[in-house]
Amino acid sequence: MSIAFKKETFRDDFTFRNSPAAIRRFPFPFAEDSYMYSVNIEPHVPGKTGSVFEHPIDVDEHYVSEMEDRAKVLAEDPLRCQALPHMMTAQWDLLELLMECKSKSYPDIFTLTRNGDKWHWVNKALGIDDKFTFGDTSTLPYEPMEYITRQSQGDFAILDQRDNNLWMDAGMVTTQADWSLDFDIGMNFFEWHGPVPLAHQMGVFERALKFMLNLQHGQPVRRFNWTMTINPRLDTSPENYHKWGPDRTTVTPENVGGKVHLRVELQSFFRLPRSNAIVFPIRCYLISMQELVTIPKWGRRFHRVLKNLHPELADYKGLTRYRPTVVEWLSQYDDGAPTSPGWDPE
Amino acid sequence: MSKNVEHPVEVAAITPVADTVKRFHLVSVDGKPLPYFSGGSHVVVTMRGTDAAGAPVVYRNPYSLMSSPNDPGHYEISVLRVLDSRGGSHFMHDRVKVGDRLILSNPVNLFPVNGTGRKHIFVAGGIGITPFMAMMDGLASVGGNFELHYGFRSRSHGAYWRELQERYGANRVNLYCEGEGQMIDVDHLLEHQPLGTNLYICGPAAMIAFFTDKARLAGWPEENIHSEQFLAPPSGKPFLVRLQKSKIEFMVGEHQSILEAIEAHNIDANFLCRGGACGQCETSVCSADGEIQHNDHYLTDDDRQSGKKIMICVSRFKGGELVLDL
Repeated sequence: MSIAFKKETFRDDFTFRNSPAAIRRFPFPFAEDSYMYSVNIEPHVPGKTGSVFEHPIDVDEHYVSEMEDRAKVLAEDPLRCQALPHMMTAQWDLLELLMECKSKSYPDIFTLTRNGDKWHWVNKALGIDDKFTFGDTSTLPYEPMEYITRQSQGDFAILDQRDNNLWMDAGMVTTQADWSLDFDIGMNFFEWHGPVPLAHQMGVFERALKFMLNLQHGQPVRRFNWTMTINPRLDTSPENYHKWGPDRTTVTPENVGGKVHLRVELQSFFRLPRSNAIVFPIRCYLISMQELVTIPKWGRRFHRVLKNLHPELADYKGLTRYRPTVVEWLSQYDDGAPTSPGWDPE
Repeated sequence: MSKNVEHPVEVAAITPVADTVKRFHLVSVDGKPLPYFSGGSHVVVTMRGTDAAGAPVVYRNPYSLMSSPNDPGHYEISVLRVLDSRGGSHFMHDRVKVGDRLILSNPVNLFPVNGTGRKHIFVAGGIGITPFMAMMDGLASVGGNFELHYGFRSRSHGAYWRELQERYGANRVNLYCEGEGQMIDVDHLLEHQPLGTNLYICGPAAMIAFFTDKARLAGWPEENIHSEQFLAPPSGKPFLVRLQKSKIEFMVGEHQSILEAIEAHNIDANFLCRGGACGQCETSVCSADGEIQHNDHYLTDDDRQSGKKIMICVSRFKGGELVLDL
């Protein structure tokens, strides 16, 4: 297959590492030396070959291991995958979207054959070969959203559009940056964004919602979000806070390089045709500090971004405790030289 | 360049279905299936032809998709030949033939079925029946609970009433023929519905206002009342527009929108719904020597007061010159 899938863990012994190619294609989210919220939406059109934007749904070397981790999370906590009853049409829409995107982008790994409503899906990476009837849940081992998202990297939230608002009425959420599907399910756009500091006063959510309500089929958009994680743990959920929360107290000047990770979410938004719902894939990328600084521009820039980050944002992102240690460590990679605009490695 | 997705289609059949209504059966030109859509969606149809003098002419009108949302092999729209047509409906009726090509936008849904609704009541006036046909097809395929109340002028004017009764049964399809003196008992309809019933109205403006007010007075929650109106952009006195970037200046005609005038000069402007609802055609105003008449449902009060934005698909201007950043 065209991708060399790694065998690695995102818990316990944390064997996750990025290959040099994965480091170079990492979606470093800072285009300038400081960071503040913005709506920052752009068309989700194909980007540079080899980049994370080349394909509408990105599959990388961590695919197989991420899916194994998802299966473990779900076995421990089935409430990470929920769909309200009126969302079944949207679930099928999502299954179609992900199967079409992946089979078109990675034909040597995924194949989809459609004969009316008789579909045949092959996933060579996970050893799956299933025939089913589109629209008939009894012909799949899981409901459609769970079925296809157990085979897709990143979290997925499906938003129902009604009353000039968006409602989080279905989702598969196992690689989240500290939010709970079980808590948020059924909430609307303003409600689930409730905890985010500063953005409400800035009117970010009003503008973002207006834009989203008019999202058109065939014209997806994307944006980035970021935070930091100690150890390459995907499942940093509120439900498991007792497992990963204390990791924030274990950062020392000696272990920053290997332990502290930049966590970037590539978020995209697709209008779904039959249900008129919006699917919100949240694709998570991790990079350790020692991997990050192998790209000199990123080492310089991230030092500056982190050092000057608004304290309320740092608090909300959970960075407060270890920020000074990490900033100190990064300072050795910042010679004060100017960095170019944009996030490509120079 | 308007960045909308476009679908070239061929007219596969034209069927007169009522006195002034024709149904158009449209198929994809490249043989690929057309996109699936949700009931209540419409497409913007671009018609290109020549006028009586032989000059090229473009019309763009939104039409509800009435075909089954579950069948991407074809789309069906029904067009009412409007008396005071701005050109589009007359073109569709009088000039378009089987085999002709049209361009369709991607389906857009500004009138969806509320997925959380327990029961759906559709109230249609005249050609307003079209979006409900796709909605009912979609609901029927999942065993949804709905009923239709359809009013029309005369049996020969009303489209599809016979087919609808045959398909869904007389207990779900209630017909009101004005010419036969049949009137809907609105109060009875609105006062005996279970919690979670949603009301959808599509037809003339007065009818929508009437039913909406009645529902509100009867205590229906606002979020359970939905309506769609097929609005042509409002007419008004002609006015002068200058496009700053394109460096041209022209009059916008009495029955022409700013968007249409721009398109008539072969300049592409962003648009989507062409009905003042979706925001795509929002344009910056460089200067306005007069008063902008905002006819849209999109801009905020602040936006309107600022005088810096205008929705060119439906809004107009009164005064000297309107200069736009296009």
